[in-house]
Amino acid sequence: MSQIVVEKKVLNENQKLAAELREKFREHKILVVNIISSPGSGKTTLLERTLERMDKSKRVVLLTGDLQTENDATRLSQWGFRVKQIITGGTCHLDAKMIEKHLADWPLDSFDVLIIENVGNLVCPTSYDLGEHFKIVILSVTEGEDKPLKYPSIFVKSELMILSKVDLLPYVPFSAELAKSNARTVHPGIEIIETSSKGDGVDEWMKWLEEKLAAVKSGELVSA
Amino acid sequence: MHELSIVSSVLDQLGELKKQQPVGTRFSKVGLRVGELAGIDVDCLRFGFECVVKDTDWEQLALEIEQVQRRQRCPKCNAEFRAENWATACPECGEAATIIIAGEELQIAYVEVEE
Repeated sequence: MSQIVVEKKVLNENQKLAAELREKFREHKILVVNIISSPGSGKTTLLERTLERMDKSKRVVLLTGDLQTENDATRLSQWGFRVKQIITGGTCHLDAKMIEKHLADWPLDSFDVLIIENVGNLVCPTSYDLGEHFKIVILSVTEGEDKPLKYPSIFVKSELMILSKVDLLPYVPFSAELAKSNARTVHPGIEIIETSSKGDGVDEWMKWLEEKLAAVKSGELVSA
Repeated sequence: MHELSIVSSVLDQLGELKKQQPVGTRFSKVGLRVGELAGIDVDCLRFGFECVVKDTDWEQLALEIEQVQRRQRCPKCNAEFRAENWATACPECGEAATIIIAGEELQIAYVEVEE
């Protein structure tokens, strides 16, 4: 019996492709964020509130992933920004190949920000690098405060946690403080913004994006 | 839930590796290394593996999984420690922002070749 030492990442192919995408995004100074949450946490709603406030001159494009239907792309396309639906046909996450394929007919010099709305799932999308600068996790107040402890990987890997649906806090037995403290237990440096579908916190979130974009444009922010 | 695609990626890579070996080489076992931060359910992975290899050329391939605990290093005092219950502050000096040094692995470590 002999052994061959392999020592390769299982998702080597995805990793290679993600690295190529990252290089292209770097060349064209495009900010890329990958938004991940459970189904129903408010990814699409946050993006609706974002796009309706967004200055039409901003060069923002979106890719939105779901197992089926064009519903999210339809919801998001009413403000004039380019949106494309990625239908995974049952796959529980987006991978780098899907991103490459769906970006193919958008020239990379035609946008500054790419927002990727991943498939609603807190586990699987965590493993797939899409060439993004940042993963962003959304946790809604109708879930449990202990989600960061139960699904630590995504909270560890996310730069920012959006605590959504905070307008429902008076009606649900959810401690925002405990949820935030749990998130900081697994990731001490995580940034946190509280939002709601009524528009709370959306300006703060958009300012966050704006600052990250400025850092990408100035060359100060380069993703590894 | 994505354990099936993980299994496919593993078998794709083993298929490539096999092409580089002398004709007739058979792999008897593959060793994977899975960190606790990798987002992989190990039981699911084992089950997915069994389902995928069944009735294929890989049916005799055994699977060994080494699970890797999350470890952190303190940038201030260089202490290395196991992050128990996700508490990542340095137990030596109290520094909050410590660095992950293990636990994110999702790797093919080795394959065993049948002689």
